[in-house]
Amino acid sequence: MTLRRLKAIALKTGFWLLVAVLVLYAIFPFYYAIVTSLKPSSQLFEVSYWVDSLDFSNYVTVLSQPTFLAAIRNSVVVALSVVLIALLLGLTAAWALGRVRFRGRTTVMMIVLGVSMFPQVAVLSGLFEVIRTLDLYNSPGGLILSYTIFTLPFTVWILTTFMRQLPDELEEAAIVDGASPWVTLTKVFMPLLWPAMATTGLLAFIAAWNEFLFALTFTLTDSQRTVPVAIALISGGSQYELPWGPIMAASVIVTVPLVVLVVIFQRRIVSGLTAGAVKG
Amino acid sequence: MAGLTLERVNKRFGSTQVIDDVSMQIDNGEFIVFVGPSGCGKSTLLRLIAGLESITHGDLMIDDQRVNNLTPPERGIGMVFQSYALYPHMSVYDNIAFGLKLAKQDKQTVDERVRQTARILQLDELLERLPKALSGGQRQRVAIGRAMAREPKILLFDEPLSNLDAALRVQTRNEIARLHERLGSTMIYVTHDQVEAMTLADRIVVLNAGHVEQIGTPRELYERPASRFVAGFIGSPKMNFIQVTAEADAEQGCRVEIPAVGQRTLPLALSAGGPSETTLGVRPEHLIPTASESGEGLEIVNVEYLGSEAYLYMERDDGELLVCRTQAPSPFRRGQRVTLDFDPTHAHLFDRDGRAVPPRARREARPEPQGADS
Repeated sequence: MTLRRLKAIALKTGFWLLVAVLVLYAIFPFYYAIVTSLKPSSQLFEVSYWVDSLDFSNYVTVLSQPTFLAAIRNSVVVALSVVLIALLLGLTAAWALGRVRFRGRTTVMMIVLGVSMFPQVAVLSGLFEVIRTLDLYNSPGGLILSYTIFTLPFTVWILTTFMRQLPDELEEAAIVDGASPWVTLTKVFMPLLWPAMATTGLLAFIAAWNEFLFALTFTLTDSQRTVPVAIALISGGSQYELPWGPIMAASVIVTVPLVVLVVIFQRRIVSGLTAGAVKG
Repeated sequence: MAGLTLERVNKRFGSTQVIDDVSMQIDNGEFIVFVGPSGCGKSTLLRLIAGLESITHGDLMIDDQRVNNLTPPERGIGMVFQSYALYPHMSVYDNIAFGLKLAKQDKQTVDERVRQTARILQLDELLERLPKALSGGQRQRVAIGRAMAREPKILLFDEPLSNLDAALRVQTRNEIARLHERLGSTMIYVTHDQVEAMTLADRIVVLNAGHVEQIGTPRELYERPASRFVAGFIGSPKMNFIQVTAEADAEQGCRVEIPAVGQRTLPLALSAGGPSETTLGVRPEHLIPTASESGEGLEIVNVEYLGSEAYLYMERDDGELLVCRTQAPSPFRRGQRVTLDFDPTHAHLFDRDGRAVPPRARREARPEPQGADS
């Protein structure tokens, strides 16, 4: 009896220990960034794990740089555009792939999946030519185009999976009621696909918000850069100084919107990832 | 006015023939029930009429207009689905109003129609609720309301009661019958439940493997089944079938030789010729059991007591069971032996192809049940 209890306690402790390790592993870098960003530059290299001074000078430094503010604006524009375009195209594609029976449907799905398997570097030079030809170099348009290419596959896949789970009779009921495919999609399916759309939209937003390689390659001037590149290019007073304080402050500033979004959509995401849950 | 006409309607999925040359005429205001075993094509036929599936070839006419290529609302149909298929994110009001709004009705008309529909179906109190807050029976009524809000010429029901429990099913069945009385619109109803078919229908269409076995009133189907399939499908407990040898007799009809019963003469017009292998069909209520003193006859292997009546099951030598419906309480006990007889005027004979042998011509003409293959 006691042995069994001991075992239960040991198992429970082990479980929570594991959880603690995972949480520490995931949260610590961000936590340390916050701690560092709140230190005056004189204390930067004293190791401490607690916030023991509230010094906002790093934030003031970062936010007073016009290039950084421009970068945030660019990032917002690019990420939101990518989300909107990806959701619109993804939803309509998912409609076709999930609801309409046609020959080669599986092939199309496979091709879509295949596209997402190319490493970014492999398409970089080709995409660069495309963007030059379309005259989108050094403009948000180029980034929107290239990010959309990479966010569409998973958007289409996730939305198609959800679209397939919606009962056929629902669509037929809409047809009998006289709804066109577009009306069925927007008035009947879209409200039911909200969880899936929130999930995919958020994933697309995060992908676009964090992207670095394309952002670095396809932009030239400070005024067109997005946040990840702008942070990487923050420089100090001399060649030999990395301004860790402002960099950390900038990182915290650009991470906070993501955290806020995730918290807002948390319930949607959970229900979106677990089940279609649309039983009438 | 010609409600709805099907002319040699066919439907194929790939190489599978699902609907095979179905023709019928449905009058305005009729209540028609499609019935048949699962996979017989009854739901497909309904979907062809609705316009949810395309007709491979053949013509579908509504009010003398060919509607093969029209959309469901253009055909003027409303449909109630098996799973109700209510829009889960819309209130009852919006569910009913959806079709009306799409038909570009002005706001006031929509409101009037929705409220009127709700009144007929007693949904007034529930208009603001979401489908998930409704009981099964209420959802069913909303589904009906949505289908009838646009006042379609034809209302289609696809097994609408199969998701309800037994008590609610009887109640909703009654409501649908009363609704038909009240609206007077043509209704086509698909079910696999013969009780629903018998109780609701003006005429029943029995389908089997994609073709029509028989079209007729419930009474015609029960009393004069056109084929062995219909005879076995309609009626519960099922009709008893016994293999017999029959021979035409010019004067009295036909003579049949029945194992364990003896020779009987039936008033049926069997085509002349030598003795032929046929199937005799007798409904359970037309079998007359008599207690056997001498140990002859068949043994009763089971007695089912249902309160208002009782069913006796007798085992034949070849292991097949015969059913007999008697009054309850029944004087017979399990293990008792009985001899059986039947009323020849209520007997049916089916030839080797399963076709019913017609009755001998009499002075008063009986309405001939419409056969599909005739």
